[in-house]
Order: sequence, then structure tokens, then C-alpha cells
Amino acid sequence: MAEKFDAIVVGAGPSGNAAAYTLAKSGLKVLQLERGEYPGSKNVQGAILYSDALERIIPDFRDDAPLERHIIEQRMWVLDDESFVGTHYRSDEFNKPPYNRYTIIRAQFDKWFSQKVQEAGALLLCETTVSDLIMDGNRVVGVQTDRLGGSVYADIVILADGVNSVLARKAGFRPELNPGDVALAVKEIHFMPEETIQSRFNISGEAGVVIEMVGKITKGMMGTGFLYTNKESLTIGVGCMLSDFKKQKVSPNQLLEEMKNHPSIKPLIEGGEMKEYAAHLIPEGGYKAIPQIYGEGWMIVGDSGMFVNAVHREGSNLAMTTGRLAAETIIELAEKQKPFSARNLAAYREKLDASFVMKDLKKYRNMPGIFHRNPQFFTTYPELVNQAAHTMIKVDGIDKKTKEREIRNSFTHRRSLFGLMGDAFKMWRAFE
Amino acid sequence: MNTIAKVEEKLFQNRYKVDAGRPHITIKNPDICAHDCKTQQCSVCCPAGCYTTEGNGRVVLITDGCLECGTCRVICDDHRNVAWEYPRGGYGILFKFG
Repeated sequence: MAEKFDAIVVGAGPSGNAAAYTLAKSGLKVLQLERGEYPGSKNVQGAILYSDALERIIPDFRDDAPLERHIIEQRMWVLDDESFVGTHYRSDEFNKPPYNRYTIIRAQFDKWFSQKVQEAGALLLCETTVSDLIMDGNRVVGVQTDRLGGSVYADIVILADGVNSVLARKAGFRPELNPGDVALAVKEIHFMPEETIQSRFNISGEAGVVIEMVGKITKGMMGTGFLYTNKESLTIGVGCMLSDFKKQKVSPNQLLEEMKNHPSIKPLIEGGEMKEYAAHLIPEGGYKAIPQIYGEGWMIVGDSGMFVNAVHREGSNLAMTTGRLAAETIIELAEKQKPFSARNLAAYREKLDASFVMKDLKKYRNMPGIFHRNPQFFTTYPELVNQAAHTMIKVDGIDKKTKEREIRNSFTHRRSLFGLMGDAFKMWRAFE
Repeated sequence: MNTIAKVEEKLFQNRYKVDAGRPHITIKNPDICAHDCKTQQCSVCCPAGCYTTEGNGRVVLITDGCLECGTCRVICDDHRNVAWEYPRGGYGILFKFG
């Protein structure tokens, strides 16, 4: 008889680590399986760490977690081919500990988190890909790996295996991803001296800046670009809906290269040494795309359950929170010696519904559909806004009233008055 | 002067442990790509450029530079012609930074 655990966690990303840590800390016997050489070696993120979600798991994480820069300034840019209109929000409030969010480098951060999981008592096996779930009727009783030469059993299996979740698909817990429900993001990391980053972004010490971008850089596709400051590197990337990539037949590499050549972006990354190129799918289907997340002896957490708030660029905090809440559900049932049946695990969904995870996703449930059907938010408007700024700011002997009329006409010409009103209504619906 | 880096040059910066002779992704039926798929979007949308269309219309897949994102599988929703698994434990892309 193979060894049996209280719980098996598949994957050592933020959701899997949050779940394994919480379970192990309560004294349960936990096995965590990771297919990478080390935790983080298969994981890709922008990456921003939101303190709150981690604080609820490891309150003193700031003592030794590998953090890059705490963010004191957020820039939002709307780009045309040669220009951008932007807002910058910078506050010294964000420069006072405890800091609200940080840039991180996932390969380093995940290794640290995993160390905490192991210190809490979980057994981690790396370089181990789980090939199948072992079923007893409709109940999950263990996993089949490519390494142990056999099977491992547990009372509950938590799938924290990421957006592609081969296991959840094979088991029929989740359908294949729809190209309209995922974004494809590509990114690079560029190294340069700390002082260069500080002077280019007007920051000192370990303070940092993030830039989020929409507009021409996505070539009319629904998506965003980003540029984050790390201690001695910058991460730059762009992500768009996969359905748009498919429809427009755009090369993601070409898209990123052209973005890097934008006259407002190029000087910021100039001279950096590119040391890695990565790609990743982000589940952006929102509330309506969330599959069944628990059943007889199984639960789904993190990206595998499509828990991403695309509007606010939040994912890892939802991952950690779903991992923690799944673990807390298990701990409560174990204490009462109740079986991990679908009926009992429904408490996990209830916990999620009561948390910011489902509340936020529900709030934006209409957003993906509205933006899919109305690409003008990513094409026409960025262009018009930039042209309007250009018209108003350029001093050329034309009076301001004429300029205003010109701008108004440009908007009604491109979208018509009806179109503009409709778009305003759609925006309100999307964010309501 | 704008510079456009080729994807091959970029992948050279990445760390891989290639599972020689055991590709984790395969094209189920190459004839479908050659004759039934008009768009062959995998040859453009794979961020690592693993898929190339040959002169005779056939699609060739070399998985060595794969970033394991899943794009090729998800995007092939008209034909579902991509058999996609994770590499064996420890193999494939090994992100240094992620």
C-alpha cells in the first residue's frame, strides 16, 4: 500500500503554497508536488505582490521575503503611435511602512514561500509532474505521478496547477479554455544599474514605479502593456486576449518589440541587458468563466479556477486567498471529523462568496463581454484622446474655441453622438 | 533607428532542460494542418515561434524553445489538433526570474 497523506497539493505557486502552508501549520500531513526543478521555475507573473493577502498567511513576511521595490507611484498611460496621455498618482503615504505592494521576481519569491511551507511541515517533491488523478467512482483519492513509479493517496487533493490545469481538464472538472477567456502575455526582464533606475523614474532607495498602458501598443486588440521597476531590473510586457491574437494573426514577440520601440518607452529601457523572455496565459474570463471549484475529494484554487481580476491587474492575491480559504475549509472539516465530500466542501465556495475574491469578480462580471464587443475602447478612444491633447497643447495661432470645436467634431465624426452616449453607458455597465 | 529582436535570439537567454526525443507537445494529425486549417495561427501566435509553415503548407513543430504557456492548444479551437502535456518533471523551460 502506497503512502497516504491527509492532503496533496498539486503545484507550488502562490495558491498551492498558501494552501500547503495553511494546512501544514494546522498539523495535517501534506504532500506538495511541483513539476519544476524548484518552486518558481515554471511560474510567470508581472509581478506585483499585494501585501494584504500574504499578510493574512505569513504576517511577518517582510522580515525575509525577497521583495524588489515598494510601489509609491502608479502611472496610467493611454498611447497613440508617437505620444501618450497619462495620469500619475504618487503619494508619500505609499512610502511609509508597512508597504502596500511590491514588485517581486517570482522565481525568487516562490522559492522563499516554498521554504516557509516546508518549515511548516509539508513534504515537497520537485521535478514531479502529476499525470492523472486517481478516482474511486466519482471521488478523487490520490494522484498518479511520473516519478514515484506509483500512486500517492490522500483524503483531499487540491489542484493548484495553474491556468492550463491539465488535471482539471482531464478529469472533466473544467472545460478546455476558450480563447476569449484568456489573455496571452509576453514579457522580458532588463537589467541595469540601480542608480539608472532611480534617476529615470525619479525614485530613491527601494521605492518603485509601475506603468500600466493601453492604446496603440496592442494594435486594436483588447489588452494592456506594463513596465515595472525592480531593484536592478525592469520588467516590460504586453498581454492581449488570445481570441484577438488569433483573429488578427499578430506575433506576440513582434508586438512586444514594437512596444519597446515606442518613443515614450524606449528611453526608459535603453541600455538594459535582456536576460529572460517569458510568456504566460492569464485567465481573464472573470466571474462567468469560473468552473465548479470543488467536488468529491477535490478542490481548485488559483489560476486553475480562473481567479483573476483583470480590471485591477490582480491575480496572485486572489490565488493566495483561494488557497488559504480552501485550506481553512479542510481544517474545519477535519476538526469535526467530517468527510471531504462535495456537500461539505461547499463551505469553500461560501467562504469565497463572502470574501473580496467573488465580490470583486461579480462586480465586473459584464466587463469582459462589453470590451470584447466594443474594441473602440482600445483603438479609437486612445487615438482621439491623444489628438485632443495635441490640438489643445500645440500653440499655432488657432484660437482655443476653434480647437475645442475641432476636438468635438473629431469625436462625433469617429463615433457619432449616439455612439458616444452608448459607449458612456457601456462603460458604466462594465464598472457598475 | 528601431530594432526588432528575433524570437530565436531572445530564447537564447532562457534556460532549458530539453527532454531529447520526447516532445511534450505533438500535432495530432499533420494532414489537418496542411489541408483543413486555413489560418495556421499557431505559426504566428506561438510566442516562442515553435511552429513554422513550410512551403508545401505543412506545419512543423519543434518544442525545444517552448515557454509552456498553452497558447497553441487553446488557439487551435477549430480543429483541436494539438496534443499538449506538461514535460516530464524537471524538464522544459526553467525560468531564472519568471
